[in-house]
Amino acid sequence: MRLEPIANPSSARTFGLPAAALGLTVVVASALALVAGADPFATLGLIVKGAVGSRFALLETLNRATPLIFTGLAVAVAFRAKLWNIGAEAQLYAGAVVTVLLGTGALPLPSALLIPVIALAAAVAGALVLLGPVLLKTRAGVDEVVTTLLFNFIMLLLVSWLLEGPLKDPMGMGWPKSPALEKAARLPRIVEGLRLHWGFALAILSAVAVWVIQTRTTLGYEIRAVGLNAEAARFAGIPVGRVLVRTALLSGGLAALAGFSEVAGLKGNLTLDLSPGFGYTGIIVAMLALLNPLGVVVSAVFVAGVFVGADSMSRAAGVPTYIADILTATALLAMVLALRLTRARIRWR
Amino acid sequence: MAPEAGAEVVLRLSGITKRFGPLLANDAIGFELRKGEVIALLGENGAGKTTLMNILFGHYTADAGTVEVFGRALPPGHPRAALDAGVGMVHQHFTLADNMTVLENILLGTRPLLSPRLDARGARAKVARLARDFGLAVDPAARVGALSVGERQRVEILKALYRDARILILDEPTAVLTPQETAALFETLRKAVAQGLSIIFISHKLGEVMAISSRVLVLRHGRLVGEVATEATDRHRLAEMMVGAEITAPRLAERAPGPALLTLSNVETPRRGNAPGLKGVNLTLRAGRITGLAGVSGNGQAALAALIGGLEAPERGGMELHGEVPAGWSARAALAAGIARIPEDRHRTGTIADFSLTENAVLESYAGAPYSRRGWMDWAAAEGFARKVIETYDVRCPGPQARIRLLSGGNMQKLILGRVLEARPQIILANQPVRGLDIGAVTFVHNRLIAARDEGAAVLLISEDLDEVMALSDVIHVIYEGRLSPAFPRGTMSPAELGAWMAGHGFDGGRDAA
Amino acid sequence: MDILDIILTASFWAATVRIASPLIFATLGELICERAGVLNLGIEGIMVIGAFAGWMTVWLGFGLWAGVLVAMLAGMVFGLLHATLTVPFGLSQHVVGLGVTLLATATAAFAYRLSLPEVTSPPKIVPFQPVEIPGLSQIPLVGPAFFAQTPLTYLAFVLIAVVSVVLYRTPLGLALRAAGENPASVEAQGLSVTAIRMGAVVVGSGLMAVGGAFLTMSAFSSFFFEMVNGRGWICIALVVFGAWRPGKAALGAVLFAAFDALQVRLQQTPMGAYVPYQVFLMVPYVLSILALVLMSRRAEVPAALMVPFNKGER
Repeated sequence: MRLEPIANPSSARTFGLPAAALGLTVVVASALALVAGADPFATLGLIVKGAVGSRFALLETLNRATPLIFTGLAVAVAFRAKLWNIGAEAQLYAGAVVTVLLGTGALPLPSALLIPVIALAAAVAGALVLLGPVLLKTRAGVDEVVTTLLFNFIMLLLVSWLLEGPLKDPMGMGWPKSPALEKAARLPRIVEGLRLHWGFALAILSAVAVWVIQTRTTLGYEIRAVGLNAEAARFAGIPVGRVLVRTALLSGGLAALAGFSEVAGLKGNLTLDLSPGFGYTGIIVAMLALLNPLGVVVSAVFVAGVFVGADSMSRAAGVPTYIADILTATALLAMVLALRLTRARIRWR
Repeated sequence: MAPEAGAEVVLRLSGITKRFGPLLANDAIGFELRKGEVIALLGENGAGKTTLMNILFGHYTADAGTVEVFGRALPPGHPRAALDAGVGMVHQHFTLADNMTVLENILLGTRPLLSPRLDARGARAKVARLARDFGLAVDPAARVGALSVGERQRVEILKALYRDARILILDEPTAVLTPQETAALFETLRKAVAQGLSIIFISHKLGEVMAISSRVLVLRHGRLVGEVATEATDRHRLAEMMVGAEITAPRLAERAPGPALLTLSNVETPRRGNAPGLKGVNLTLRAGRITGLAGVSGNGQAALAALIGGLEAPERGGMELHGEVPAGWSARAALAAGIARIPEDRHRTGTIADFSLTENAVLESYAGAPYSRRGWMDWAAAEGFARKVIETYDVRCPGPQARIRLLSGGNMQKLILGRVLEARPQIILANQPVRGLDIGAVTFVHNRLIAARDEGAAVLLISEDLDEVMALSDVIHVIYEGRLSPAFPRGTMSPAELGAWMAGHGFDGGRDAA
Repeated sequence: MDILDIILTASFWAATVRIASPLIFATLGELICERAGVLNLGIEGIMVIGAFAGWMTVWLGFGLWAGVLVAMLAGMVFGLLHATLTVPFGLSQHVVGLGVTLLATATAAFAYRLSLPEVTSPPKIVPFQPVEIPGLSQIPLVGPAFFAQTPLTYLAFVLIAVVSVVLYRTPLGLALRAAGENPASVEAQGLSVTAIRMGAVVVGSGLMAVGGAFLTMSAFSSFFFEMVNGRGWICIALVVFGAWRPGKAALGAVLFAAFDALQVRLQQTPMGAYVPYQVFLMVPYVLSILALVLMSRRAEVPAALMVPFNKGER
């Protein structure tokens, strides 16, 4: 078997194959429902209903999408430069820790000033967490995939220590959790009475900002050049190491905003289960969006919908909620294959 | 070398046809190879030689046509079939694993994968015998990564002979050899023919084709356009058959050299992996002069190109540009100093395949006006520049927004030429500027370089093709293991004399220091 | 001195060997993949599915060795998925590997919840028991440390030799190494790069899964979600540390396990009272990063690692 490149793929290929990938995901969902002894159609219906079937469901989905937009953007930015940041989870927690540090009375500022300061500080913290692995990559040639992955575990242990020590809530009845943020540090809701906070708006804004950076600025051009062909970029005089560092700062900062937004917008404090793997799911979100920053918003809502819908379906139909993880992973693999096949056809001889 | 009359037909191709989309790569090609003869397969890049060989070896399946070896048809699409039938191939890009020994490379794939043992001892004896019989001295225990280009080629030939090949196919085997190494290769081939092997010699070098073959087949645009006995033709007629028109050699008008634009004195650069660094290099590039750099690949050409291109700073020694020592040395500094750089590998370093022509056109100049201001790109200005290059340099493409990977090598090279020459550079670093191009593109590139020289630019032409260096250069240096020979003015050295320098003779402490 | 006292106990060395065993299986598995030219980031998830599948088989009433076999087959299935996507289709090995890890982990979690919906404390099985090797196990210090282990541990150490011999002394090993260095050399000799690479990934993934199964069937006796806990990523670091050589990589695994065993014991010493336990738990991850930093420049990476091969393309 051989792959033969297609110069100008037809639109049937360009749209049909990704649609087929999503179709495959639906087939897998049905099969899993059958295995679990449930009616496939009812299961799928319950997932959709649980995700978008009511105002409450829809807002829940958008809430869940918010951190995924941030981590998805973090991954999309980094992967564009072929910087394999698999450490969004660690950067997210770094942002969350800083949010708690500054948001529990350390800064006597009014809300309108306090919140931007905290957001900025959180982003800086996340950027610094990714700076280590990236400097190891550019200076010592250490592959960043494994180092960023390992940093996730180190960061989680660090947070665990903080929550049992310096950041422990004295009123927490012994649970490892931080004290609650002061009122001034909390992100307000966009519309009073509706459970959706300004973190979501910030996420959308970030997506637009990243899109502008990628398409309109020299940095965006450099990031794409380095990602597509670092050797040619270096030959042309593009400072590859510096571009990677800047990419990392951007990526780490975006991931950290997910932690900031979850703590300041939704939870109000920090616990060890703040993120159910948002950092890893961000990879799926970014890939489903073909690394396009605006696409990240759409795919984050889609992925969040699958998770929220599966939660609600699980309670009703008894199919384990982990079906959502299987479906998103399947969608990821099917989508990368579909994309490959839009640009190449299979020749058996 | 003619075979005995009426010798047995060992290989017969008939009606081989292969299409890739709209491109007809092979069009009903058929010929016969007889026992004990050497036939040459002559054709330009893109004439269909490689496709034909890929079909013979089962890597592609032909749309039509058959291959017969020793009277038996080969099943199509079976890479093993040709090997098992006794056909061996020496690829232009060596197919050797650098981290394994010579013996391991020879043994690869010679025994069933699941057999428990390698039988290295028996193999070593056989390799020693073959090496002696065919004049292919190489240490079987050496790691391939540490071998010279000539030695690697010997390993490739040994690989085929070890499998008892009766038919040898050599694809551009002399492209990377010195004239002396080429002579040794021809000696080996003559020994092989004397022992009853048959050889297909693929080349575009007419002199060698005349020297080694008994029959010449000429391919053009996928078609077999001629078949002649070597003794009944000459270089001139072969060239015309190959290109379809008369070739005019490039001409250099006499011109007095101008001032020194770039001077290197006693420059040293560090070794990079297998590639040697520069050792005590003295070089002067003068305005209005093409300086040619001859040498076997891997002898420091990359280091010299990296130095002048700004990718590497001298470890020791001095560099002067326009009579001044540059402050700080980088790719950007080289560009700012007016050095145009045509890279060795246009696919890997010269262009970004998935970027558009516009994005590729400003790759070296995007960072400042007019293509960007304060970090914001001006895409309209960039596209304007791309359009200008496309027009001036006759780049055939769907438009400035097309991805450059869709272009042929020649058009890609034209875009690179336009990118670097539009700014009227004073110094031009041309590293293998015509490798892999067809004659039309080669002529285009050569004429542009000569035009730049005539306008007063200093050109450094690095090439592994000695003929090209000799035809185009006002003055020639030979590079060997990071050291530079004295400058030889045009016409003062014969190919054989230069070949001796390329093999290291004449250098202090070289193979046999005089 | 504390550390010396710890190092001189048989139980420390026994623990070291025990901790090293799953790492050896998985490191050898990853090494086989990478020598053939494929980075397998599915390792973490494949270890999870192996841990689950082995345990589940025994829990359903089948024998321990049947569990090992099922674990290996489960790993091979996900290996085949990885290989199909990365080898003939040439998809990004980073993305596919992470996708396989997510998919395998989710599958294990789904299947576990499906079969045991109500359980709160994970049920236990009877794991492999230590087998003393007559004679050798009587040697003081060395005996109880090395020759009173479970059969799976012995298997891990035997595999080091087997993989070395296959890699360096057989036609198969030759073809595998060549596929990871210059696939064109393999194709030119009439062998299929696709078949060799896919085979390597499938077999390597099987070994990774057995490494995972070791956790539920030899080290512990039940399955819980977080049990692999980054061991797969650590094994990738160990392959680099071992310069892609089976012996060195296994030595790295033992060294690493020794530090891990030491850190557990240091927690019990007075030092453990001052230093938070999380710091001790960080040791393996920090060590892995350190190993990468030390070896990254020096090691000779297979030249075609992560480079897809498309037949007939130059």
